[in-house]
Amino acid sequence: MSVDKDTVKKIGRLARIYVPEERQEQIAGELNHILGWIEQLNEVDTADVEPLASVTGHDLPLRADAVTDGDIAEDVLQNAPQTTSNFFVVPKVVE
Amino acid sequence: MTDLLALSATEAKQALLDKDCSAVELTTAYLGAMEKTKSLNNYVTETAEQALAMAQQSDKNIAQDKAGLIEGLPVGVKDLFCTRSVRTTACSDILKNFVPPYESTVTDKLWQSGGVMLGKLNCDEFAMGSANETSCFGPAVNPWSGDTPLAAGGSSGGSASAVAARSALLATGTDTGGSIRQPAAFCGVVGMKPTYGRCSRWGIVAFASSLDQAGPFTRNVADSALMFSAMAGHDAKDSTSAPEALPDLDQALQAGVKGMKVGIPAEYQMDGMDAEIVSLWQQGQQWLVDAGAELVEISLPHTSYALPTYYIIAPAEASSNLARYDGVRYGVRAEESGSLDEMYEISRQAGFGDEVQRRIMIGTYALSAGYYDAYYKKAQQVRWLIRKDFEDAFAQVDTILTPATPTAAFALGQKQDDPLTMYLNDVFTVPANLAGIPGISVPAGLSQAGLPLGLQLLAGAFQEDRLYAAAACLEKQAGFSAIAPKAA
Repeated sequence: MSVDKDTVKKIGRLARIYVPEERQEQIAGELNHILGWIEQLNEVDTADVEPLASVTGHDLPLRADAVTDGDIAEDVLQNAPQTTSNFFVVPKVVE
Repeated sequence: MTDLLALSATEAKQALLDKDCSAVELTTAYLGAMEKTKSLNNYVTETAEQALAMAQQSDKNIAQDKAGLIEGLPVGVKDLFCTRSVRTTACSDILKNFVPPYESTVTDKLWQSGGVMLGKLNCDEFAMGSANETSCFGPAVNPWSGDTPLAAGGSSGGSASAVAARSALLATGTDTGGSIRQPAAFCGVVGMKPTYGRCSRWGIVAFASSLDQAGPFTRNVADSALMFSAMAGHDAKDSTSAPEALPDLDQALQAGVKGMKVGIPAEYQMDGMDAEIVSLWQQGQQWLVDAGAELVEISLPHTSYALPTYYIIAPAEASSNLARYDGVRYGVRAEESGSLDEMYEISRQAGFGDEVQRRIMIGTYALSAGYYDAYYKKAQQVRWLIRKDFEDAFAQVDTILTPATPTAAFALGQKQDDPLTMYLNDVFTVPANLAGIPGISVPAGLSQAGLPLGLQLLAGAFQEDRLYAAAACLEKQAGFSAIAPKAA
């Protein structure tokens, strides 16, 4: 499982991080170096071992499906780079 | 007048209650210390006006016998905790102008308990690093530095450095893989990572949600228990917040270690380990035996797999958590952007530093179709085994003693070439995060070069009382009293 330039381009797309052409080779090398070191996990026999996602030992709590907050449009928008009349503004998506 | 900066938190609390000094005087002394130690680059935002207003309120509360747990005590806040109307950046360019309209639960609890906010402290970008070198504000400097600037450790480098430099009496930190305990050891202060779930994660900029845990930086163990009591507690706003009640920590601090079983894990004796660290570890074992504890040789067989496990799980969770920085709702948006996707890609490339981009990409790869089972699921399975190692160990022992770090503080810039060398710093601290158990780093001695060295204690989940009992004993036996040369 080796990462090449094309894979870096693909990961960049999935992660929504632009990777300039001239950086792709170097990043592939870095990722391979780290992933190669991680391969040592294959030494561990994990047949029949459950994957551990949470250490809490608690079930996720439930609460009533009720509104507990709101009417704070100004707060929500205050850090946005671009807004107009209580909306976030993004580049045009639909022609 | 007594030197107010020389007082520990417990001493300062008493002095305030006895009216030996006022909260305004104490805060003013710390604001002076911040000015004096500015070259250490610990604070990224100072809130002097707010600090004085809070101190005045504390003086009123004390006068009216309404003092909270940490009334009038000056606190520095890692810049990863959202603070209402005070810029919170996670030390990243992408959040450089972010001003939260809300307060994190942990800081809110500290202010409700009477804490006085001095400002926001430097850390690695999104808490990803072990030397505070990935911060967009440049690294915090260790106050134990001589002519060569030394790393304060990371990610909570500013917090550790400020407490050691006496420009904060108390400081908050977060620990995802050692980010409290490692810098505490480098700077000669006490750093505690609580059991996962003790401190609410609500309002803390998320890195790896199943590992992140907030905790205190203090000058001594009693102060740590005090500050921890003010930070911890169940919070309905964090679904992973633990409902378990806090144990009696005042009692724990007095309990001693007589009859306590202390585990010494064979796997922490690593090849090529620094001789000074090995001998300090042995000294620590002797101290606990002298105080009445019994040593038990234990095995944590999957120790060497903790780091590679961590470097899949943490980046995977980070790649998901950091997806929110899209240049739309908050954060920086790149100027010259075309389509929506191009806007995302260019904003994130410009806003995130190299290490953060590297980890997002590792995490994205590990979670992508075709690789999920080989990397992410595998790491989760090994994580289960690592937690099982600790469960088996704590069936035999009350606490585990290990070194806190493989070396003393290193020079800034020294380990930047290869990310793996930097990752190895956390070899002794990462397992506790994977298992969700509490750990504390206690300053225990000085290296031959005169730099502080720490020992780490670990305990079973929700057994912070055992942790503090052993830590108080270790502290007493070690008698560490050295002060950083560059302290205020």
